[in-house]
Amino acid sequence: MAGRVGIVAASATKFEAAKPYQHLMDLVVEVTDKVVEAAGINLKDDIEAVVSCSQDFWDGRTISSMPIPDAVCSHLKDESKVAGDGAYAVLYGAMHILSGDNKLILVVSHCEESITDGTMIENWSIDHIFHRWLGLDYTMGAAMQARRYMDRYKVTPEQFAKVVVKNRGNALKNKLAQEAMNLTVDQVLKSKMLADPITELQKKPVSDGACAMILASEEVAKKLTPTPVWITGSGNYYEHHNLGDRDLAECDALIKSAKRAYKMAGINNPVKDLDLVELSEYYAHEELLWTEGLGLCGRGEGGKLIDSGKTQLKGEIPVNPSGGLLSGAPVTVAGMARVAEAVWQLQGKAGEHQVQGAKRAVAHGCGGLAGQMHCVLVLEKGGK
Amino acid sequence: MANRVAIVGIGQTTHSGRRPYVNDGELIYDAVTRALEDAGLTINDMEAVMAGNMDMFEGHHLNDAMLNLYSGAAGRPGFKMNTGGTVGTMTAIQGWYHIASGLYDVCLVIGWEKHDEGPATPAISTITDPAVDRHFLVGAIGGLATVSVAYMQRSGCKLEHAAMVRANASQAAHRNPMAHMREIYSVEDVMKARMVMYPLNLLMCCPTSLGATAMVLASESKAKKICKKPVWMKDHVTVHVEYGGAQFGIGEKRWTSHMEAGAKLFKRNHITKPMQETQVFEMYDPFAFAIPMWLEDFLVCEPNEGWKLIEKGALKLEGEYPVSPSGGVLCTNSIGDSAILRVAEAALQLRQPIRRCTLHQLYRRLRHT
Repeated sequence: MAGRVGIVAASATKFEAAKPYQHLMDLVVEVTDKVVEAAGINLKDDIEAVVSCSQDFWDGRTISSMPIPDAVCSHLKDESKVAGDGAYAVLYGAMHILSGDNKLILVVSHCEESITDGTMIENWSIDHIFHRWLGLDYTMGAAMQARRYMDRYKVTPEQFAKVVVKNRGNALKNKLAQEAMNLTVDQVLKSKMLADPITELQKKPVSDGACAMILASEEVAKKLTPTPVWITGSGNYYEHHNLGDRDLAECDALIKSAKRAYKMAGINNPVKDLDLVELSEYYAHEELLWTEGLGLCGRGEGGKLIDSGKTQLKGEIPVNPSGGLLSGAPVTVAGMARVAEAVWQLQGKAGEHQVQGAKRAVAHGCGGLAGQMHCVLVLEKGGK
Repeated sequence: MANRVAIVGIGQTTHSGRRPYVNDGELIYDAVTRALEDAGLTINDMEAVMAGNMDMFEGHHLNDAMLNLYSGAAGRPGFKMNTGGTVGTMTAIQGWYHIASGLYDVCLVIGWEKHDEGPATPAISTITDPAVDRHFLVGAIGGLATVSVAYMQRSGCKLEHAAMVRANASQAAHRNPMAHMREIYSVEDVMKARMVMYPLNLLMCCPTSLGATAMVLASESKAKKICKKPVWMKDHVTVHVEYGGAQFGIGEKRWTSHMEAGAKLFKRNHITKPMQETQVFEMYDPFAFAIPMWLEDFLVCEPNEGWKLIEKGALKLEGEYPVSPSGGVLCTNSIGDSAILRVAEAALQLRQPIRRCTLHQLYRRLRHT
């Protein structure tokens, strides 16, 4: 990257199954207040621009960023809305800084999944000529992907279940997590079947919450905090949409995204060069597939990787020490919450699930049917 | 310092009210193909592909991903913007950021809308707060009719002036083969149209159109290799305000968002006399009073002078300061595409050897379209 973009501070709400007493904008106000306080800045005077992230369908509102200026006090300022995963909003915020246009910006994402029917919305994102009318949703897409993955690489449902045990177990140490549980592989496999082989515990829970971040140019970030976290690499790619246009056991878009991000950040061996990974696993099998895509193991070795214990909280390369998406976070906020967790790890503020001595991390956001779009960010502390 | 960004390829579909035999993906493909042909490039030269569209009009969620086979985004980087009527310019700005940040060199930006596939007014009505004003501020027209009355009261602008604006727009659109409503209307014709919500009659409101626009953007070094006459995206400004009465400038208030945008843009580009130093203005003019009112609010002319310029004929295609010489949004409003089309049309004007312009585009941001 041309210069360095620093993340000064990050904040998130506690993720919950429903927040009936909070309006969407209450969530935005909550995280904005928190992040501004953490960064030690004045919201009204210091923030130059806002990048928000939300989805019209989830909010039930055309131009879902319409109420944002009220919530973030950005009267007459620049605001733009990314309609995708929150990780893209962080990337777009970074572009604002890299272009020299802005020096200090707010990035915020929100979603209350509990207010609507997610299955319906997922169906509306599927090709309207051929496939939508089959009634497909993301769980069915994920089930097909998991089956194809099992078939191609001999990964097993037990290995998927281990991801759930690990992530929901890690969540026990994370105060913001929604579903923290002590589970066994057997319990995961015996929970309600949604779409074979995906059981209820292998799917991200319905979740409400928001996340915010302050991004700054190198100079400003250094002034504001002794622990800025730098975005040193980024990559994002789309997969084909139609399930028949790609092999679901592969994740080319993620491989390309990771390659680009690693090249920028000078990472040759991800397992050695990274201290932790926060990735977006909407379904348990995705974590295995994404670890392959991120180069933490060879193709088809995601199952072996979870068996090896390397991705455990105290392992060689902890994956989702926070508990990941399986422990809760709504869509659109999901990827940004991963970035936030990685930021807290690098700032040494993660709390009980802190990875000791973390210096470099990867945060990954993803969205669409069977992981159709991927965004990878490399984050570092210290340096130059 | 930001890398300079140029527009090197422009493509748009023809615009119309209904095209039942064309789907949204095909519209996008059409615009993209034209833009790539214009730039003399192929989709393989595009390092990133960005899309802007409004979800609710067609009823598709994440349609950037859904239609990426048509747009060429499959296997490439990109993400979607969705900011309402401004989404087209926001997508162009998104392309600008991709290049100005130094992360990419050649990008494709696309805006589209297929308005005949969904009802516009119910969709647009959901922009308002569900608890407070969703029940009575129906669609866009409620607010726009109110501000039009307020403008007439404070400035002395008459209904006839709005009719003149529409008549001028029809003359311009008639000469633009890509425009939607290309019929010529006289001032009398416009005055006779069916009233929709006072003071706006049917012809004073924009139509619901369908169409797509794509542009190829490139960094300075690439742009000079790709084409001889790149059009530079010199500056852009985005301003937003809270939703509600304050935004619509009801009463004595003017549109603060427009004033801030105009003031910033002109100051940064050392423009003191906009009507002399810029030669053309492609405005997002969704209702006939927009042109006089917003020329004032963008600080292009003095307060209460906008309608006088119309009376003088100054804003006509052949006038001293043509506004929306393409026919504007009054004749073609495919929302997700309308704003990027303004950028594209302004860039097309700059490619002509006859007109020399100092300021390329006036980017503007509105939260109600």
